[in-house]
Amino acid sequence: MAKLNLNRVEMPRQDPRKRGKNFNEVALGYSPEQAQEEAGRCIQCKKRNCVAGCPVEVDIPDFIQAIRDGDMPEAVRILKSKNALPGICGRVCPQESQCEETCTLAKKEAPIAIGRLERFVADWERGNVPQAASSPPARPRPSGKKVAVVGSGPAGLTAAADLARLGHGVTIFEALHVAGGVLMYGIPEFRLPKEIVQAEVEFVASLGARIELDSVVGKLATLDEILANGYDAVFLGTGAGLPMFLNINGENLNGIYSANEFLTRVNLMKAYKFPEYDTPVKVGKKVAVVGGGNVAMDSARCALRLGADDVYIIYRRSEVELPARREEVENAQEEGIQFKLLTNPKQFLGNEQNWVVGAECYEMELGEPDDSGRRRPVVKKGSEFVIDVDEVIVALGTRPNPLIASTTVGLETTKYGTVVADEETGKTVKDKVWAGGDIVTGSTTVISAMGAGKRAAASIDEYLRG
Amino acid sequence: MYKILEREDLVPGIHLFKMAAPAVAAKAQAGQFVVVRIDERGERIPLTIADWDKDEGTVTIVFMEVGATTARLALLEKGDAIADFVGPLGVPAEIDNYGTVVCVAGGVGAAPVAPVARALKDAGNKIITILGARSQDLLFWEDVLKGVSDRLIVTTDDGSYGRKGVVTGPLKELLESGDKIDRVVAIGPVVMMKFCSLTTAPFGVKTIVSLNPIMVDGTGMCGCCRVSVDGETKFACVDGPDFDGHKVDWELLAARQRIYIDEEKCAYEEWRKSHAA
Repeated sequence: MAKLNLNRVEMPRQDPRKRGKNFNEVALGYSPEQAQEEAGRCIQCKKRNCVAGCPVEVDIPDFIQAIRDGDMPEAVRILKSKNALPGICGRVCPQESQCEETCTLAKKEAPIAIGRLERFVADWERGNVPQAASSPPARPRPSGKKVAVVGSGPAGLTAAADLARLGHGVTIFEALHVAGGVLMYGIPEFRLPKEIVQAEVEFVASLGARIELDSVVGKLATLDEILANGYDAVFLGTGAGLPMFLNINGENLNGIYSANEFLTRVNLMKAYKFPEYDTPVKVGKKVAVVGGGNVAMDSARCALRLGADDVYIIYRRSEVELPARREEVENAQEEGIQFKLLTNPKQFLGNEQNWVVGAECYEMELGEPDDSGRRRPVVKKGSEFVIDVDEVIVALGTRPNPLIASTTVGLETTKYGTVVADEETGKTVKDKVWAGGDIVTGSTTVISAMGAGKRAAASIDEYLRG
Repeated sequence: MYKILEREDLVPGIHLFKMAAPAVAAKAQAGQFVVVRIDERGERIPLTIADWDKDEGTVTIVFMEVGATTARLALLEKGDAIADFVGPLGVPAEIDNYGTVVCVAGGVGAAPVAPVARALKDAGNKIITILGARSQDLLFWEDVLKGVSDRLIVTTDDGSYGRKGVVTGPLKELLESGDKIDRVVAIGPVVMMKFCSLTTAPFGVKTIVSLNPIMVDGTGMCGCCRVSVDGETKFACVDGPDFDGHKVDWELLAARQRIYIDEEKCAYEEWRKSHAA
């Protein structure tokens, strides 16, 4: 047996001192040589643990072999046959807890950099195959069935792609003015360039999915009306778009944003280009972001790039419990984001003009494990102190928007507002209606939403073929 | 794209667009609003629906030039199109037979009041409408409101037309007259809705106001439009836009309207410069 190569090829990144001042992508991607070198480390296991770790079951060793052989078009073909959004997944999937975690070489702490290779293949196609030449795969024979997909985020796009490939007539209804959902409004340009999202949305459209923008289902047609209008099935992938707040004093002061609002202004509406673009966003000098997930990291790093002098992450547990990807925490630390751990806001203080000037916080300590298995944060009595701030971004997570559930007869929801659906198939209790992604699970990851979209598409197909 | 089928300049700085938007027209109800975006660079702004025609597939909006976006919008002509016209959003106005309803319209509020007054009249209410403007040259839709009201009172701040003074004058008189007033609906500038609510409070007459705070998506996603009503935080876009005026925290609303005052000025200046060039 050949000697194992345990030297993971690093991916070049923008210098932290420079990137904190621009919105260009932080990670720069592999060169073809770097990709081939990394692909060369794959030992092509008989038992494909990596594929089992992938929610959309990409044939990982096969596309890696194609890279190794220098056959990039073949790598593209293999990858896109299972994953319509490889440029997106290669950038934002938590590979370290999925395919790379199950990679055989992970035991040696040097898993193949599958995510980076996936990204390389997607970028290679975009750079090397002109649009005209990358003609979409031949359309299958139409099934004569119509499926409505509500929401064009990762779950909806994936379900739409798979259903279109199976010959069904797919229409995607999107409430916003562009398709992509959280990929457009939530994840910042420097982590996921919007041009890449739109290229992959166009790929889904090229498979035959029609996209209706500005269509707020529940306000325009309701779900029941869509079904009555000739659709044979519906997939609900409207995500979790309702921001949660702390519900403490001072939270409605000027200068306090939900992460959803802040990121929507910056990413979707391009407020970082104000006044070239019309939507403004406030830029604080001292910005506190409350929360420790990926959205909190994104918000903090956007605030830094907009020109804040000090950006704090306020998180009530300790560093090991931070829910954000390790890589994103490291990126944030490198760029100078300051972590105020074991800290939790008590209230926000305002001035006479109703602007926020301070976050009064408690120091916390960790007690016994709670339901989530993490140690419960407990307030240290009398530990209150004030952090001077002029902007606060609340990134506590999101819940599903109640709009569709409240306008649809016979859809079952939980007390958290999520829609009840079968874990394997996405089937809801309502006839002809499937759901998947954050609307079912609450906020999770892009790839888990894609996995749910994929499983639901398979189940819808089975139902439609009766 | 959504085409402008008709354009009318109602008074200086206030314009009417009749838009081709059949899907929105099919679902529109009194009190709802749309979110409008002019083009790729544009911001999303909420505008209350002033009228609609299901058969024609049209929705009418009326807007006042107050900043860069509305100034850019005002430059568009019949036949032009805008990128986005999303709706109908928000909870429709509560319509029932209450008895006698006083509808108070301030300034550009004349437009959104009209469909609410019409729906209330159709439901069997007696409608007394108070229409107020700063002066005669800023007054519009007197005829429209007359058509949906049993009685119309017009006020101008400077006395150039109708009664001199602001809308709360006749509102107070009506409440004091001893005639039974069952409900008040007030739509207009924040300060006008606030003073209408303060006027009716001692009489205990339920007063509905239509709030129009700054919004981004208009579908409950961002929380930009949060208002405090009866001590609880509400999103005007999905919980409103109509709220009980006696329970609204007006100071907070007024403060939140000023968040982007510097940016609004900057954008307006930029626009004026580029427009002049």
